[in-house]
Amino acid sequence: MRNVLAIAQKELQQYFVSPIAYVVVGLFAVLFGYFYVASLSILLQVSMQAGMFGMGGGPQAVNINEFMVRPLLSNTAVILLFFLPFLTARAYAEEKRSGTIELLMTSPLTDLQIILGKFLGVLTLFAVMLGVTTIHMGILFWYGEPELGPILTGYLGLGLMGASFISVGLLVSSATRNQIVAGVITFAVLLLFWVMSWMADSTGPTMRSALTYLSILEHFDDFSKGIIDTKHVVYYLSFITFGIFLTAKSVDSERWRG
Amino acid sequence: MEQLGGNLVIDVQQLTKRYGPIVAVNNVSFRVEPGQILGFLGPNGAGKTTTMRVLTGYIPPTNGRAIVAGFDVFEQAVEAKRRTGYLPETPPLYPEMTVREYLTFVARINAIGSNQRRQRVDLAMDRTSIGDMANRHCGKLSKGYRQRVGLAQAILHNPDVLILDEPTAGLDPKQIIETRELIKGLAGDHTIILSTHILPEVAQTCERVVIINKGCVVAEDTPINLTNRLKGSETIYLEIDTGGADPTAGLEAVPGVTRIASGTDNGGEWSFDIESAEGTDVRRELVHAVVSKGWGLLEMRPVRLSLEEIFLQLTTEEDEQPDERQLSTEGGTEKVEPVEATDA
Repeated sequence: MRNVLAIAQKELQQYFVSPIAYVVVGLFAVLFGYFYVASLSILLQVSMQAGMFGMGGGPQAVNINEFMVRPLLSNTAVILLFFLPFLTARAYAEEKRSGTIELLMTSPLTDLQIILGKFLGVLTLFAVMLGVTTIHMGILFWYGEPELGPILTGYLGLGLMGASFISVGLLVSSATRNQIVAGVITFAVLLLFWVMSWMADSTGPTMRSALTYLSILEHFDDFSKGIIDTKHVVYYLSFITFGIFLTAKSVDSERWRG
Repeated sequence: MEQLGGNLVIDVQQLTKRYGPIVAVNNVSFRVEPGQILGFLGPNGAGKTTTMRVLTGYIPPTNGRAIVAGFDVFEQAVEAKRRTGYLPETPPLYPEMTVREYLTFVARINAIGSNQRRQRVDLAMDRTSIGDMANRHCGKLSKGYRQRVGLAQAILHNPDVLILDEPTAGLDPKQIIETRELIKGLAGDHTIILSTHILPEVAQTCERVVIINKGCVVAEDTPINLTNRLKGSETIYLEIDTGGADPTAGLEAVPGVTRIASGTDNGGEWSFDIESAEGTDVRRELVHAVVSKGWGLLEMRPVRLSLEEIFLQLTTEEDEQPDERQLSTEGGTEKVEPVEATDA
């Protein structure tokens, strides 16, 4: 565990002394802010309409969770789909290119410690990204009365989904020494998982349930509604575990190929 | 954990590493006794780096095995790595870290407790004289400093075994001398393998030399023994026409000549390798003797057999008569003779 933390801290340090962390967290905040304002204006619109079609003349209080938080979290998931591949692309690719992988792999560390350390490092930066958004959510509580529960489960869902993205990113990065290649492949793979259920309706029943089950997006929906279904938690956790397992296999096979 | 052999020994047994059809290292065996410095010599692409990478557990061997500091580098990888310091060909530095941050990280992953870390880092920086660069970013260092930070990283956790891939590459002459002194100072407590293609370096630093070419060991000996074959004599190749008579006795009488080797008669034309003490030049005397005896001088040229030439012979022409070019007295790529400590 000590070794895992050492690696994780090194990864974080590298993100924060380079512009990567600031660019990613900063632009994530900008985009999140934009979606926040956009959702807010939709909320206002809904509220006005409710007022017009409802009893009284003025705007009506509407469910903030339903009309604002949920779409906002779904949009955040899309932003993550674009951002996280850039964070994980360097994880192994850069170490391979610069030769520092030789330091790690000849130090008294196991492959798994290195992988988990890197995973934890990216995960922490990802947590910082999500942390920024809690300020926006706080403002909602200041002016309105959203339910806390669905927001928390929504964040849990985002966290699990982001961690799944990171495990795919690590896997791809461990198989190449080119960061751009790693980023693009990761993005493509994630996008495929994202849209997997789109094909579901035009296939047979077995295929449909398989595709629906594999789709990352399908499993996120319930979280944003405020439901923690073990089925979805298990899906994400097995996704992450499988990603890390494959990364370990990939690192080992790279070792044999030299 | 079961330890194999002594604490400091490096024992390489019939090591082979293949990359697909390419054989990078072919059945290499050698042994380094505790506290010794072994020079690993060979042209670029001979398999030096591959062998070292196997020894440090970076890549697994295809066949054979290697024991470092008493642990099998593949079966007991973490234990072996704990006791090994490794400087790869390119120093593995993180450009965005300062030298101190970097070395502290290396100390951490080598399980050096937080209370000792600072002291160890300071010591390693001191020994490699990089103290004045402590707060400089690794990416902004010159080649020489990068190399020394790499060396500091290798010795930081006071490992039993040091494996240094071209430790003096990119250093200026003063730094080279300092680094050699440092490496020599580390021997005794540490067993060291260093690779190089600079021959004088081997002669000055190492107690034993393994010459490797195309993945095979072509010679293994002490540098003294290797150079003794060349030093201590100057050789002149002489070809004369005596019209039939054997000129050997006449040539032996020439002042300064210590030995006459390989006189061959080719229909009255004789050729010799004439040796004289080092630093003496007997060419004038030879010419005088030849002329005064009335022989015809056909050819005369100095034969400069240097370590470089032995090395070049060993590593470029091994196709013809490979047996004669085995310098090792036991004559083998496979047979490993017991190593005696020499006071080189």
